Amino acid sequence: MQERVKAKAIELLESGACTRVLGWKAGEFFYDVTPAVFTSREEVERDFVFGPFCGANLSKYLIAESRKGGKVGAFLKPCDTYSFRQLQKEHRVLRENVYAVGVQCIGMCDIEAVKAAGMKGVVGAEERGEDLVVRTLYGERTMERRAALAERCQVCKSKKLLDCDERIGGQGEELSSARFDGVARLEAMTAEERFAFWRGELSRCIRCNACRNVCPACSCEKCVFDNPASGAENKAAADSFEENLFHIIRAFHVAGRCTDCGECSRVCPQHIPLHLLNRKFIKDINELYGGYQAGEDPETRPPLVDFRLDDPEPSVVHERGRKG
Amino acid sequence: MKSDPLIPMLAVVTDVRRDTPDVKTFRVVGTDGKKPFLHIPGQCAMLSMPGVGEALFSITSSPTREEDLEFSIKKCGCVTDWLHAIESGQQVTLRGPYGNGFPVDTDFAGKDLLFVAGGIGLAPLRSVINYVRHYRDRYGSVDIVYGSRSKADLVDYQEILDEWCREDGINVHLTIDNPQPDWDGHVGFVPNFVKELGFDTGKTVVMCGPPIMIKFTLAGLMEQGFPKERIYTTLELRMKCGLGRCGRCNIGDKYVCKDGPVFRLDQLDRLPDEY
Amino acid sequence: MRKLPVARLNELFAAIAAERKLYIPAGDAKTAAFTLWREGLEMTKALNTSRSAKDLFFPQVENLVDFKVSGREIEIVESRDPGESFVVFGVRACDCRSFDILDKVFLCDPADTYYQSRRENGVVVTLACKEPEETCFCTALGVDPADPAGDVTGWTEGEDLYLRANTEKGESLLAGLPLFVEGEKPETDRSVFGRLPLKELDWSAFGGEKMMELFSSPAWESLAESCLGCGTCTFVCPTCQCYDVKDFKTNDGVRRFRCWDSCMYSDFTLMSAGQPRPTQLERFRQRFMHKLVYYPSNHEGEFGCVGCGRCLQKCPISMNIVKVARALGEEAKP
Repeated sequence: MQERVKAKAIELLESGACTRVLGWKAGEFFYDVTPAVFTSREEVERDFVFGPFCGANLSKYLIAESRKGGKVGAFLKPCDTYSFRQLQKEHRVLRENVYAVGVQCIGMCDIEAVKAAGMKGVVGAEERGEDLVVRTLYGERTMERRAALAERCQVCKSKKLLDCDERIGGQGEELSSARFDGVARLEAMTAEERFAFWRGELSRCIRCNACRNVCPACSCEKCVFDNPASGAENKAAADSFEENLFHIIRAFHVAGRCTDCGECSRVCPQHIPLHLLNRKFIKDINELYGGYQAGEDPETRPPLVDFRLDDPEPSVVHERGRKG
Repeated sequence: MKSDPLIPMLAVVTDVRRDTPDVKTFRVVGTDGKKPFLHIPGQCAMLSMPGVGEALFSITSSPTREEDLEFSIKKCGCVTDWLHAIESGQQVTLRGPYGNGFPVDTDFAGKDLLFVAGGIGLAPLRSVINYVRHYRDRYGSVDIVYGSRSKADLVDYQEILDEWCREDGINVHLTIDNPQPDWDGHVGFVPNFVKELGFDTGKTVVMCGPPIMIKFTLAGLMEQGFPKERIYTTLELRMKCGLGRCGRCNIGDKYVCKDGPVFRLDQLDRLPDEY
Repeated sequence: MRKLPVARLNELFAAIAAERKLYIPAGDAKTAAFTLWREGLEMTKALNTSRSAKDLFFPQVENLVDFKVSGREIEIVESRDPGESFVVFGVRACDCRSFDILDKVFLCDPADTYYQSRRENGVVVTLACKEPEETCFCTALGVDPADPAGDVTGWTEGEDLYLRANTEKGESLLAGLPLFVEGEKPETDRSVFGRLPLKELDWSAFGGEKMMELFSSPAWESLAESCLGCGTCTFVCPTCQCYDVKDFKTNDGVRRFRCWDSCMYSDFTLMSAGQPRPTQLERFRQRFMHKLVYYPSNHEGEFGCVGCGRCLQKCPISMNIVKVARALGEEAKP
């Protein structure tokens, strides 16, 4: 796959179809790849990687890249294409300036998951069938590749490549996913248990804003939390109330627009399962308004900004709250 | 209470004077009615209103003024909006003084001085000018070039007319950007005016004003052959601590709040252009 | 040297905690953090904590002072944490070195009394590293992970914990704990440090003398191009110390607090008069120039980095000081 992706990148640059391509750049180790813009065959040959650790979603970079003039080539995995389309729906990306190459995906590994499996001093890894053979400073060990997957990939919702100018690998299709199981477990808790769960998680927040800055749905030019004139500007939580509020407000703001790409949880240095907040909204929207997947198609009005006579009454929320 | 450099003292505003449509000058004393601290011309202090914010301002008055500290402040943000709305008698908090100040007793001694200021940029220079006037015999000739958008925007206009202009050995050259009916002085931008006046390149230059004025004035001075070692300016960056710790005013290996705000041009030349 | 079976660590913790607060690194690989010890809390198996030990001396948020405002009058009200004696156990050599770096910033005249009081109140017990991660590069910055500093240095060798007091504070801590026997620590096996992939990182391109050359390097553009502008690297970094001072309106007054800030944030240097670091390139460059050039220039060549590797592990886009050092170091080569 890596060779096909690199060949395509070179072809796009050399044919003049694109002035630059957006991909992943090799790092110091086998896993620490960085999103990068490539402009020449030499750069692509030397640094471009497409492998099991290319989890970063490149769609958000297209907001800026599609405005720089010339055409930018972008390599997008299935879940990235959902963000890409959602960004178009929100008029954030100039589609005509992007040449989108969909790249099929078998799930991306997460170095944190590898380390959580007890691997220390990891210096290499090789996919061998269903396994990942990990070389460490302390010897070689094998783990199931599946266990090394990012959470979002373990419960992948879709391998469908949307809105691409061309594809590498198959079209892919939606999968039946267990992604709401975690939310269901939270829903089954009492309100007190659930509050305790979230306080435990959110109390680790260091307000680094990585979740917000990486989120393709967080594309405001100036976030309320950064704007002194908003009255809500806040750099560090003064108390637990503010600590909760940052994440809850953010979840509300992306509700109906979040494609569940999982970047928020991937980047959180404190491993807060932020995706659960977003998935709760997605699950609720699905249950209240019928299935809706943000980014799936360019036309459908998102349920939260649509009104239909048969929409559930606000009292539904009240009833659900009473039960919880 | 255990003291810390970040904990301010209480101070009282004893007088508020409107200088221009957007500049007011505040007189500040300690709660004992006395001047809160001694300073060097060019140094700054943190003024704050709890709940509104804290900000750094240059001290406009000369150290030779015994009664109080003066701050000429332009209305341009949160803290300054609040200050412009207060009346005398209001308490504020104060800490300082911060920064190095101008070398008034060393490098400037015995020199011919040329002050160049634009708009509110006169504020830090006024402290030096009045210090020099006080110890007039320690310095050579004094030239002051000062310009602003209009006559109404000239800070301290009355003091300039009544005092500076009437003193022997002090030459004041005022200019405004555009002609207006009640102005018979020079019209034009400061950089050009400095060039036209053709000063002796042996003078020591002390400059403060908007970046664009500084940029073009400097270009002119370089062209005329003024050495960088004799051009001084004072910088303003965002600051929170005044102690070289909060990190905002860091330029290269210098902190404007601690190592500045006064820099010689040859010193600035060795620093990244991030001011 | 004092010796105690590792199996009796809990007793040691209980004995320390009987006298003063004790913090130990606890939690799994994903959540390890310095945590207030209570009965049953065990040391983490992770090499190091997500957040660094600086938190204990320079917390993310702390109260400076309160004000009461009535009419035109202001009253200044003490609200600082009075400070109390505490012990932090299990600090790694890298984090311990970071205290030296922070001391030079916070303790120079006039000292930051909030930080100073915590430094005076805290007893640092370090723990030598035996199983470094691939991201560790403290040895490339002159830190010895097998012989860390601190008030007390600890080693686990075999079934035993060995402790050596380095300061009076450390000696008085150990002297008050009647748990130890005398023992000779076996020679530490350092071979793994020789296998660390980043052990030979070359820092010779950096330092105060090359300020303008490094500042103007074209390499910054591609290094900074994907930076998200979040504060992760700064907040997990043991040596980052930039802060903000803010006011918070409480029910009956105003609380002035300080909190960590990040030079990576767009509003860090924003003024009503302009923005001296207008794009992420300038902000990104500032952070690394500060650690590798500006700080050394002011502190006899000492770098503002301790090689803990947190930025390597935590940056959302895997951009970090090692990649910067490589790119700029490469460029500086003749």
